[in-house]
Amino acid sequence: MEALLNVNKMTHYFGGLRAVHNYNLEIKPQQITGLIGPNGAGKTTIFNLITGVHTPTEGTIELQGENIVGLATNEIAAKGLGRTFQNLALWRHMNVLEHIKMAHYSQLTYGLIGSFFNTPACRKQEAEVEENSYRLLELFDIKQHADQLVTNLPYGAQRRVEMARAMATNPKILFLDEPTAGMTPDELVQMIKIIRQVHEDFKVAIFLIEHRMKFVMELCQYIQTLVFGELIAEGPPEDIQNNPKVIEAYLGKEDLT
Amino acid sequence: MEIARKFKNQFSNVPMFGWLLGFLAAVLVEFFLGYDYISLVLGLPKIPVLFGTLVILKNPIMIPSIIAYDIIVYIIPILIVTKFTVSMTNKIATALEKTPIWLSTIIHLALFYGIMHLWAGINDYRILVIKLTMVSIILTISINVINGYQGEFSCSHPGFMAVGAYVSSILTLLLFVNDKMFGTALLPSALGPWLFPFILIIGGFAAALSSLLVAIPSFRTRGDYLAIISLAFMFIVKSAIENMDFIGGARGMSSQPDYASLPVIFCWTILTIWIVHNFVTSIMGKALNAVRDDEAASESMTVKTKKTKIIAFMFGAFWAGIAGGLFAHVLRFINPGTFSIQRLAEILAMVYFGGLNSIVGSIVGAVSISVLGEALRPLELFKWIIIPLILIFVMIYRPYGLISFKEINVKKLFRSKNK
Repeated sequence: MEALLNVNKMTHYFGGLRAVHNYNLEIKPQQITGLIGPNGAGKTTIFNLITGVHTPTEGTIELQGENIVGLATNEIAAKGLGRTFQNLALWRHMNVLEHIKMAHYSQLTYGLIGSFFNTPACRKQEAEVEENSYRLLELFDIKQHADQLVTNLPYGAQRRVEMARAMATNPKILFLDEPTAGMTPDELVQMIKIIRQVHEDFKVAIFLIEHRMKFVMELCQYIQTLVFGELIAEGPPEDIQNNPKVIEAYLGKEDLT
Repeated sequence: MEIARKFKNQFSNVPMFGWLLGFLAAVLVEFFLGYDYISLVLGLPKIPVLFGTLVILKNPIMIPSIIAYDIIVYIIPILIVTKFTVSMTNKIATALEKTPIWLSTIIHLALFYGIMHLWAGINDYRILVIKLTMVSIILTISINVINGYQGEFSCSHPGFMAVGAYVSSILTLLLFVNDKMFGTALLPSALGPWLFPFILIIGGFAAALSSLLVAIPSFRTRGDYLAIISLAFMFIVKSAIENMDFIGGARGMSSQPDYASLPVIFCWTILTIWIVHNFVTSIMGKALNAVRDDEAASESMTVKTKKTKIIAFMFGAFWAGIAGGLFAHVLRFINPGTFSIQRLAEILAMVYFGGLNSIVGSIVGAVSISVLGEALRPLELFKWIIIPLILIFVMIYRPYGLISFKEINVKKLFRSKNK
């Protein structure tokens, strides 16, 4: 199968600091890929580089064979890279339904004039978007919160709003930045269920950053380990679990003397 | 408290249509009996203009007569008519509910305009106050797009207004008026009122273009820094106009034709409310809120943040330009001093008093600050102590303004209230 996303020899410097070095990634359709590594390894930087927040110093990024280096974040997102954030990035004065509707922005074609005069085309598209949004809300089990402000929701529900919002952009690959950060064990189990469901229902590929090994090992089909901006190991979960380099990076070197 | 609640209960089933009818009755009473009988009997020199507030402050001895006048002319007719027609008005409201929403809106607005026209027709001063209040409504809504919906702190609004006012004044003077500044009129003056809307729109577009000077820096700066840039823009516009002698320089421009009549301004106000309401309730307009609340998240959710910011500024500035054009043709005199820091303070007071992110809030803010400003005029300097004090209290108890984050729901507003 041809890869959806191809990252080749990506390197990035923040001033004199080399944050990412020679990073390669290949995501196949419907594959769940995990990126692990200790704090400060550059995992979120890689996310930001691929989604266009930063432009890589060197290297290429191709989405379905098309180069996306240098495009604006919103253009890359519209091409099919949806993402969530490590620290929730929700719009605090907007309700849940508006969040999901907002993420359809790139799919609207009625234009400014349409929105000024509330033309039939505008009304029709907005109605379609609303219908689709309710469908997503139902799927993520947050329909009962539809007209509440996100800040009033429990943490787990906020996470689900963020996921639903990312899915509303109609992504081919979903980027999840620590989807279980700050969750209780119960919520964690629920999250695994939701991610599995999204994976099956939408047939998306998923690329996730995570700290909790249990979560990563259970979900991912392929795992990369990043230390100080460099990949030290990659492969299926079983290989990673027993890889001495990974154990060293996480637990430190065993001193035998 | 008990009485107030009972009183409220008594009138809770009156629909909007009923209230309008009540006001119509009050205005008719004033129109036919106000001067000849009621104010004469009460010993008032003339009909109190703004419900007597001006007279009260100038001449406190009149207070009992003023209160009596207000009760006889306004409160009693309104209460009697609304109470006795309640079953009829509810039936009408139910019937109107079945018609398309635009039709019932037009009927309500026409009735409202009729009442306002009658009320204002009694006195020229009232007409001027209403005109300026409506111009303020347009201004406040337009600044709410930038400062409320988009969440930037822009201080350049008097500048946009000045651009709109000057461009439209130049065009009307050039095309339709024989004056010493631009010589003879280029077009017959009979065409003037018909082409006036287009001239206003040109003024609006000029203001929108000028707003790019503030919009483009807003890509990189926010908050205090953008406030300083926008403040600079306002002063640049002001001193640029002061140094342009061919449009009067610091002396200003006068003798604009009297095109901004009450119905014209009313139509523009309604148009502003309608278009801005459509925009801010659409997903395109909600993008303004999204960019305000979290720019990075908006980018990742496919929202074009730069385009959104430019739209917010240009859209806000366009309506500010329209308001400026109307303002110039109401006062029929403008000079650069009009569009200075004091005007800015007034506009900001209106928008922050009324409520951010809400058109209703803007209307409330614009009406209350304009009317309060007029009513407290006899206090002269003390006016500028009282209004800021009120503002401070609003900021303490309602940090986002009186009515914030609420949109108009026309259907709910006009529905019948059968129990």
